[in-house]
Amino acid sequence: MEDRLGEIRGGGPPKRHNARTVAALTGNPGCTRRAVLDSAGADKPALAERLGFPARFGQSRFAITRGNAFEAQLKADGGVELLRLVAERLGVPVPAGATWTDLGGDDDRPERSRAALTAGGVGPALFDHPLLGLDVAGRRVHLEPDLVAARLAGRFHVVEIKSFPVIDGQADPAKVAAAAIQSAVYVLALRELLAAEGHDPELVSHEVVLICPRDFGNRPVASLLDVRKQLLVLRRQLARMARVDDLLATVPAGFTADPAADPAALAAGLRQVPARYAPDCLAVCELAQFCRHEARGHTGALGRPVREALGGVVEVADVLALAEGGRAPEPEQAEAAALLRAAARLRADALTGNPA
Amino acid sequence: MSTLRALARAQAVAAGRAQPVATVRHLHLSDRPLVLVPLALAGEANAPLAALVGTAPDEARLLLVPQPRNRDQRFAFAAELAGVLLPYLDSFRGGTEAVAVDRGRDVRHRYVDAPQLLVPNPAGITFLRLFGRSTRFRRPDGDHPVHPSVPVLGRWLTFFAERAEQPGSAALVALTDALTLHWATGQSAVEDLHLPAVLGWLDPPPGSTGAEAAARAEDPAVCPPAGPATDPDFDNHRLAPAIEAYAAAEDDPVARAAAYDVLAGLLRDQLAPTWELMWRGVGLLRAVPPGARVAGRWAGDRDAFTAHAEHVDAGGGPQPRRDGAVAAALRLQRLERALTGWAVQRAYDDPLVMAEHRLAGEAFVGEVTLADPKRVDDSGRRPVLRPRIQVVTTEPVPMPVGATLFSPARPGQKATVVFVTPGADGKTDVVLELSGGMGRGLTAPAGSVPEVGERICLTSLSDGFLPGGAFPAPEETPWTHGGPPEQHAE
Ligand code: SF4
Repeated sequence: MEDRLGEIRGGGPPKRHNARTVAALTGNPGCTRRAVLDSAGADKPALAERLGFPARFGQSRFAITRGNAFEAQLKADGGVELLRLVAERLGVPVPAGATWTDLGGDDDRPERSRAALTAGGVGPALFDHPLLGLDVAGRRVHLEPDLVAARLAGRFHVVEIKSFPVIDGQADPAKVAAAAIQSAVYVLALRELLAAEGHDPELVSHEVVLICPRDFGNRPVASLLDVRKQLLVLRRQLARMARVDDLLATVPAGFTADPAADPAALAAGLRQVPARYAPDCLAVCELAQFCRHEARGHTGALGRPVREALGGVVEVADVLALAEGGRAPEPEQAEAAALLRAAARLRADALTGNPA
Repeated sequence: MSTLRALARAQAVAAGRAQPVATVRHLHLSDRPLVLVPLALAGEANAPLAALVGTAPDEARLLLVPQPRNRDQRFAFAAELAGVLLPYLDSFRGGTEAVAVDRGRDVRHRYVDAPQLLVPNPAGITFLRLFGRSTRFRRPDGDHPVHPSVPVLGRWLTFFAERAEQPGSAALVALTDALTLHWATGQSAVEDLHLPAVLGWLDPPPGSTGAEAAARAEDPAVCPPAGPATDPDFDNHRLAPAIEAYAAAEDDPVARAAAYDVLAGLLRDQLAPTWELMWRGVGLLRAVPPGARVAGRWAGDRDAFTAHAEHVDAGGGPQPRRDGAVAAALRLQRLERALTGWAVQRAYDDPLVMAEHRLAGEAFVGEVTLADPKRVDDSGRRPVLRPRIQVVTTEPVPMPVGATLFSPARPGQKATVVFVTPGADGKTDVVLELSGGMGRGLTAPAGSVPEVGERICLTSLSDGFLPGGAFPAPEETPWTHGGPPEQHAE
């Protein structure tokens, strides 16, 4: 099976995942095409480029610089400020101090992180950049949360540092949602680590502490995110990807997503693997431009509300044929057809200036 | 999404071009709007980078912040923007008109015209709202003094951002919203947030379809984004070096001026295409005749402008950071009512919008087949004029007997359903009793009762006044809702 995944991916090593890409797996969980490519660790950006539909997920230097500067500022004092923020947000008295363990560096990080996080102890502890792991489609993925706080309010808390602002208590909902699903990846990984060592995984709180700059300045503010829902979605998708065999059963023999392959053959192959394009893909999947092009003429490409308002009819051409009465509806389309015919008649009526 | 609008999207896909979903314009358009295209620096909390602003296509003025992280430069930009916006606002404070209030026992005055701000997209509105938030509490004295115009700008931007939340207001409009209110593109709602793509569907260049034009409009190398977010490639390869060059030339006035020019050129090139699109979009909207109720809603904007101008004149303080519980509830209710009212008004003004309600069973159109305009009901103490009409329709009539209906052609008249009789031929006979809108006598003036042969629309939607709920005064806010709000200081 690993061979088959290697074939799909092409010559290269599997694309490395991080929390952002794992979080992105939940973006369109119903899509087989995506699940297959992600399971194989295919290089989707290169693939999209090769297909002539380059993805546009660039990141601005300014944003990266700002993010790094904010995190560095927060961690500059050995975690004093972080400890205060996290404790206050969790509603516990701010402890006199906490141990600060830097788990960055190069050597043996998974092992050091595992040992440090499961060692036990008494006082509160902060772990900077621990390295966690998670199985994604049978492969180990390494994940690096910004910070883990231990033994505050009796539990472990994932602490996520983001540089988008919280202004008067409000932040960009899309950014908060992205932070929540990403943090859920860390919570899951941390729970698995504890469970593997015989600890209760529920020691890791489902509440994540999100730290952002407040208003328009650099002063931090902490908020709590409940990620239970995100954990559910994530588990479901990871379980689906773990059943790679089932997924591969839907893939024709010889299918490849090797970016070195001939673009026409690649496109033809991809079309054999069922996709489920929705406009949301544009924000979450590198293949979105390709799939959108393929889905042209489908009502789903116009968004779910449109498709539903059109009675769930799949093809735009069918919608129009039914609306114009040019074609007899299939039995299950009868209701939709009546609605569409009425809509077309009313539209035509109003557009030709019939009084209303 | 109504089925009618969804169908228009499907038709746009097939036709390769946007399709109308309105027959009249549902927004007031100023003869002299202030078009504003803002750009923000990525990663920062609403830090302005540049803006093109002006009231005519050939009067674009470029404002820019050469070092967007520098707080003094940020407020210098605010002062510059105030230098454009405040005189623009003042130019509307000429003539006033008297408006009767309190059933004619009093009058108040409002400006005969008001300012209108146009930005490319909803994110542009958010940008202005946050820029208003970051400037309205600043002070011309104290630790970090700013130019005195800055807090005034902040109050006005906040005012516009709050108006923009009011459905039907045209004080601050995102052009993508205005365009898609009148045309359906062949793409999704998310893609409709991109102004160049929307205009690609509305007005594709000769020889290409809307889909092709929209696809081209998404390539930042061909068509810069309409802001406030910039293209990351532009940031990384062009903007960042230009900002660095400017910063490096700190001690050399000649080099600095040159670096400034480079930066200004870069930013102007990013903004100019959107600027053009803004005016093209305005032109498309102007070509659509306004609906009958547009002027009434604009009068509401003029009222609000007048009231806020008076508030600012009187030295009124900045709007609070957050509404108190009572203010928030009142505001929510006001917005909900405005939303309902706006939807109804659009339907009354526009048969194509009313068609959406017909499909939803909230209205039907039929022909008057019988009319008794002289009918008098003398069962009460005084005889009253109660004409009856019979309307035959092919559309479904889900309204029950006793329901009150209205007709956009005679909005002051009520029609009560007396009988609904489905016919064998799929048609329905509806008998209605009319009251109101016929004068005070026992004879209906000509034209006030629909005549036999007239096609009329009857709807359960009412354009009338919806009573508001009762809320406690702010100082009586119950503790369950946070108690009375604190008096606002800085
Ligand atoms: S863009 Fe294509 S492959 Fe990616 S999730 Fe959407 S449909 Fe699936």
